[in-house]
Amino acid sequence: MLRLSIPLRQALARLSLPVLVAMAFGTMLLGKADTLLAERARVALADVLAPLWAALAEPLRAARNAVEEARALLALREENARLREENERLRRWHAAALALEAENALLRRQLDVIPEPAPRFVTARAVADGGGVYARAVLVATRPGHAIRKGQVALDDRGLVGRVTEVGARSARVLLVTDINSRIPVALEGSRARALMIGTNGPRPRLAYWPQGTPPAEGERVVTNGEGNLFPGGLPVGVVRWSGAGVPEVELFARLDRLDFVRLFDLGPEGILPPEAVARPGAVRLGAARR
Amino acid sequence: MTRSGPPGGVAPARPAPPGRKEPPPGLLHRLDALGRATLPGAATALLMVLAAAPAGPPGAVAAVCLPAVFFWSVFRPAVMPAPLVFVLGLLQDLLGLAPLGAGVLTLLLAHGAAVRWRRAIARQGFVVVWTLYGAVAAAAMALGWMLQLLLTLRLPPVVPAWHLFLLSTGLYPLLAWPMARLHQAMSRAEAAA
Repeated sequence: MLRLSIPLRQALARLSLPVLVAMAFGTMLLGKADTLLAERARVALADVLAPLWAALAEPLRAARNAVEEARALLALREENARLREENERLRRWHAAALALEAENALLRRQLDVIPEPAPRFVTARAVADGGGVYARAVLVATRPGHAIRKGQVALDDRGLVGRVTEVGARSARVLLVTDINSRIPVALEGSRARALMIGTNGPRPRLAYWPQGTPPAEGERVVTNGEGNLFPGGLPVGVVRWSGAGVPEVELFARLDRLDFVRLFDLGPEGILPPEAVARPGAVRLGAARR
Repeated sequence: MTRSGPPGGVAPARPAPPGRKEPPPGLLHRLDALGRATLPGAATALLMVLAAAPAGPPGAVAAVCLPAVFFWSVFRPAVMPAPLVFVLGLLQDLLGLAPLGAGVLTLLLAHGAAVRWRRAIARQGFVVVWTLYGAVAAAAMALGWMLQLLLTLRLPPVVPAWHLFLLSTGLYPLLAWPMARLHQAMSRAEAAA
């Protein structure tokens, strides 16, 4: 160890804080000047920590499951009544869907439609909530063999979750659709109107830039929009809810607060579904039937 | 600690006569001291990594880091030197998505303030220290908000900073209790050594 005289050591100790504050400003400038460096450092750290988080996620998940189990047992009775009623309703819809499917197949045969290729996907476990106060993102654990790319679309078992923004060897960061930086082109399924879904860092992103004269209707389904070749069309996103303040928001299908697994879709340039594929005759008819 | 003479009339151990160098500390002693010096920083870093795990509220990383830095800066600045604060701040910025350097600066300034007034703070009772911590946390969150504004050139929402302040201030007693126990244990170990 270096032996220094006491006054010198005291002077060094007094000097270290201003020097470090200056270094903090330097770090800020560096992070601002070279965003790639910050991103690479973040990904390297996430790569190192992803296995730890993955191991930690197991007991946490078990505890959360136990709590949910207890809550579900308490709510079992009314849940049962609700499910009976819902089952009855779904049975009718099921019959309608089967009829429509048969009709669709018949029409397709007559039109000679080229079948769309099924997109390939990788399922990965969400291991950490890597967002922070001002951002909404999750970290998923991947393996070196998988070719995850930036811009891939992430879905959970119900609907759209977000897009891959950073990719490391063993982890990838998914920016959630609720993040304030998220802009997703969507289509309203009833009116076929295009709109933009803008994250607010709150649980419900809001809708903006819909065409004049076709405001989003309460309860209307929102799907992704294939225009611009950023997204495959027709992925389920959520339903429209008008907030108390008179702003149309999207209640997401995906449960972003309890993400376990996400599917990362590999939609290459040729894998993009054509915009026509968004149009589902069934959906329009369902909207008409409701009216 | 008083030592009574052993039975049998043997003279009690006397301190080394003045003018002679103290014998160099043994390996165990040095390991012990090293452990004491690194435990708070390592525990803080580990806590931050755990706080970044899923199922926590967002922003918990900053909320657990600031209490630890404040507590150790006030009560035992030797184990929380400024370079360690810098490293913890960097870790905080890398674990979250905040602009790089914002957490570093906030923590360093909080550390500087805590060290500057540590003698006055350490003499107070717990509730006063907690209140002072609240003031430091409020200042830190306000600074973090300002830095976020300056670095992204976009008005960040105020509500998350407010939540972070509440979370951090509310977590302080929970975190301070084990740290105070650790501090006492370390003082006892030093007195015994």
